[in-house]
Amino acid sequence: MSKCLISNNIRKLRFNHDEMTQQQLAEKTGVTRQTIMAIENGKYSPSLELAFRIARVFHAPLEEVFAYVSEEDSKQTDNKTL
Amino acid sequence: MEQKEKQILVSIISSIVILASYSLYVYHKFMAGNPGIINDFRFWGRAFLILIPVAIMAQIIIHIIFAIIHKIVTDEDLSTKNDERDKLIELKSIRISHWLFTLGFFLSMGSQAFGKPPWVMFITLICSGFIASIASEGAKIFFYRKGL
Repeated sequence: MSKCLISNNIRKLRFNHDEMTQQQLAEKTGVTRQTIMAIENGKYSPSLELAFRIARVFHAPLEEVFAYVSEEDSKQTDNKTL
Repeated sequence: MEQKEKQILVSIISSIVILASYSLYVYHKFMAGNPGIINDFRFWGRAFLILIPVAIMAQIIIHIIFAIIHKIVTDEDLSTKNDERDKLIELKSIRISHWLFTLGFFLSMGSQAFGKPPWVMFITLICSGFIASIASEGAKIFFYRKGL
């Protein structure tokens, strides 16, 4: 089974929403700033519930905030770019 | 260093200090000059029973002192909020400490199976509990830094 990777656009979305800080997003979603930071840096994959809460803050569908990339897909992308 | 990591570090240091001080106290108060007590089951039972509340009380006091110092230095309150990531890290670190303590338990029982004196069993149990606790805290720092 290939390892799954979840990428996100949270940083970009925060910037587009009046330069929202990590702390503000954390307060709106009910988690700590460290958790938002870990999600942004790809160190933590949020639960489905938290992912929906984040998407709701940005008034965006889930797919706009998070994207699923399997290891095989990322390898193929890397090969294409080489 | 994040607030949680600081709290964990305080917890590790306090665990080491508490066990070292308690061991020294018990050694000087009861064991020095009376080596026969090492095979007394009542002594070990009392030592274990007293260690648990003493360690809990000392940990609470140390964390209160840390919170006060943290407030004075940084002018920030310590966060008591535990979100889903904190809970997941807690669960993973508890699993590590559980396996380490189980290993220690089997080693202590093994010492009896191979005819070692009873104090070996008690020392192994205390050491495995201590190592499990330190490993659990260390694992938390690892997960906070490297991610889940």
